[in-house]
Amino acid sequence: METLEGILAEHPFSRDLPKSYIELLLGCASNVRFDAGQFIFREGEEANQFYLIRKGKIALQVFAPEQGPLTILTLGEGEVLGWSWLFPPYRWKFDAQAMELTRAIAFDAKCLRTKCETDHDLGYELLKRFAYLVEQRLEATRLQLLNVYEIRR
Amino acid sequence: MKSAAEELTNAQPHLMVPQRFRVWHTERETHDTFTLKLEPIDVADEFTFKAGQFNMVYVFGVGEVPISISGDPAKPETLVHTTRAVGAVTDALCKLRRGTVVGIRGPFGSGWPVAEAAGRDLVIVAGGIGLAPLRPVLYAIVSNREHYRKVALLYGTRTPDDILYQKELERWRSRFDLQVEVTVDRAPATWRGTVGVVTALIPRAAFDPERAVAMLCGPEVMMRFAVRDLLDRGVPPGSVYVSLERNMKCAVAFCGHCQFGPTFICKDGPVFRYDRIASLLGIREM
Amino acid sequence: MPSTRESAILLRQHFQQLLDALVSRGYRLIGPRVRDAAIVYDELTSAADLPIGWTDEQDGGRYRLKRRSDEALFGYVVGPHSWKQFLHPPLARLWQADRESDSFRITSGAQEAFKAAFIGVRSCDLHAIAVQDKVFLGSQYVDSAYQSRRERAFIVAVNCGQAGGTCFCVSMKTGPKATAGFDLALTEVLEPSRHCFVVEVGSELGGEILSQVPHEAATQADQDTAETIVAETARQMGRALDITDIKELLYRNYEHPRWDNVAARCLTCANCTMVCPTCFCTTVEDVTDLKGEHAERWQKWDSCFTTSFSYIHGGSIRATPKSRYRQWMTHKLATWIDQFGTSGCVGCGRCITWCPVAIDITEEVRAIRDSERSNHESTKERDEHGDP
Repeated sequence: METLEGILAEHPFSRDLPKSYIELLLGCASNVRFDAGQFIFREGEEANQFYLIRKGKIALQVFAPEQGPLTILTLGEGEVLGWSWLFPPYRWKFDAQAMELTRAIAFDAKCLRTKCETDHDLGYELLKRFAYLVEQRLEATRLQLLNVYEIRR
Repeated sequence: MKSAAEELTNAQPHLMVPQRFRVWHTERETHDTFTLKLEPIDVADEFTFKAGQFNMVYVFGVGEVPISISGDPAKPETLVHTTRAVGAVTDALCKLRRGTVVGIRGPFGSGWPVAEAAGRDLVIVAGGIGLAPLRPVLYAIVSNREHYRKVALLYGTRTPDDILYQKELERWRSRFDLQVEVTVDRAPATWRGTVGVVTALIPRAAFDPERAVAMLCGPEVMMRFAVRDLLDRGVPPGSVYVSLERNMKCAVAFCGHCQFGPTFICKDGPVFRYDRIASLLGIREM
Repeated sequence: MPSTRESAILLRQHFQQLLDALVSRGYRLIGPRVRDAAIVYDELTSAADLPIGWTDEQDGGRYRLKRRSDEALFGYVVGPHSWKQFLHPPLARLWQADRESDSFRITSGAQEAFKAAFIGVRSCDLHAIAVQDKVFLGSQYVDSAYQSRRERAFIVAVNCGQAGGTCFCVSMKTGPKATAGFDLALTEVLEPSRHCFVVEVGSELGGEILSQVPHEAATQADQDTAETIVAETARQMGRALDITDIKELLYRNYEHPRWDNVAARCLTCANCTMVCPTCFCTTVEDVTDLKGEHAERWQKWDSCFTTSFSYIHGGSIRATPKSRYRQWMTHKLATWIDQFGTSGCVGCGRCITWCPVAIDITEEVRAIRDSERSNHESTKERDEHGDP
């Protein structure tokens, strides 16, 4: 059975972190699983965790009154779910639903925020990684926004 | 005795004057995209072409447009065109019935480097209707699977309703020796597949950048971003091929419309090796 | 019979017989005549139709006819027309077809070409014809309609006796002397004692035609006279264009601010593309009758200066005038070389004369070249004197 430490050492998000930081992260980490159809979080709820996905698929969704739930992004193995825990008011902006059996490492937000305030170097490392993530998502979102497949007549 | 049409051109009858083909099958792919299967009337029983080439398709009384050939090069008895309705001629093509006769001039243009890809990994990135000119490559791969190493098809459309060739994609996806990833820009929650830009599929596609050949077709913006992600992953620019599109009238490099820098898309393209036109792609309003 | 490259003297009083010899062989005469205050190319019935005693004054955006003090037949240069309107017509039907229930049948092809004798083709225009030959005959596709018109053309070239105000054939190495591509080449000699033409035979057919016209062998002195006239023309060029590394110069300056400068003046009126003897762009138009029973495909001159030229999927690739002027000029002087092995420009000056705002292609090249020189010099200065 894999240890949490082993999993963190392999996950793309954390694998090149120094051992001491992995230790710090471990202190806030736990193993979680979601069954197919289960909601990980809903829009408006408190953002108390973020997740490193080990296996499975999660859909980030928005509920539109006339259209029902719309999926705007799916995330899978090796990806990261959730950054609303970083900024007040620490609330989720979207729904996240597991599309199949999904295993992940969950990190307690309050625990991690406290450690980051104490150890700014750890905070810097985490923020660098999340900033990169945001940049990737923003670029992808812009491409999606461009609606490149549409033909104007 | 030669007909007037035959006498018109000396050595290139298929290229200057439309040859007649009859529609024997039509199929609706999506709300605005249809596939036509054609058989020749005027010329020999076969229409030989290379994957990546296109024809000028003529609807009597309406006009003529360039459409890529999306059938199997190994089955030249049937000519296949998948068309999206974006103007007067393609609207008419998408409404054609069995038995109607259209005019075909072609085939024109450069093809995908299918032979050169033998012994290498293949990454095929398609966006929207861009899967149509790449389908002949998939047919070639599937019929000669042992000639290629790892093969990854990455396909993106706007919504699940816009996915082309669904049955074939499912068939290919179910093979053990092909990676087929389909993604959409947005979807209702009932969609169980991936949602996100097609470029996001590149980092995790199964191929070795150093021995890969990449073939891309889709909106130019999508191709620019996808090429960048492929280069970031280590694919050499000389191993990347894109299919470009410009206004086209004659398809034989006489009318001047399809020029892209010093190239004629109809004659030097539409398939280009990326490193040969990279600088042109970077100039606005070229 | 005079053979190729031999020279002869044709007297002015026998010039009409040259035209008669061509007519008797079934040629229609096409040549310069005065119409609408310009010298254009049109059908000739006799030598009297030529612009005898006329000359032209040309400059940027300016064209005027003026009377000469002599009776020269060819005492002017080139006007708004070029020979491309006969070899590559503005309107040409490609084929016709009729509907047959669910099908159709192509009933006929391009119109039959006629035998045309071009009278008075200048060296720049000879080169322009050769440039278009490469476009339509020189690649993997052959335009058979162009080919049949081309094969039926007889060319009487004329070596210019004076240069035009916007001419720069010397810079483009396309004149003023006609060196190839003609059946006969004439240099008009106007002396107090005689008015004649030094005739050079350029082909077997040319020799045959000349043999039917009264002529004498040209002496060395005659040939020297012709050379002197041409040399004098070469000295009078109204413009100059430095073609050193012109392709590389334009290829590395696609984003030069000069393009914005010219775009502010260019009206995208497309005059330059219509008068340019090498511009070949066309569009294809499919038309039907009202009942939808009969269809025709026509080829028509087009211009890269229109917004629809590059239209695709709801927008034009070259939406701004800047991008369209840049396309025209870089095609003419640079990408043409990669496409066809020659420059697209023959230095005839028509684009300068007929531009309503006097945009001058030689000036645009000079501006870009000079800006590179001054950049280079100021960089050199900084290097020599250290950082400012």
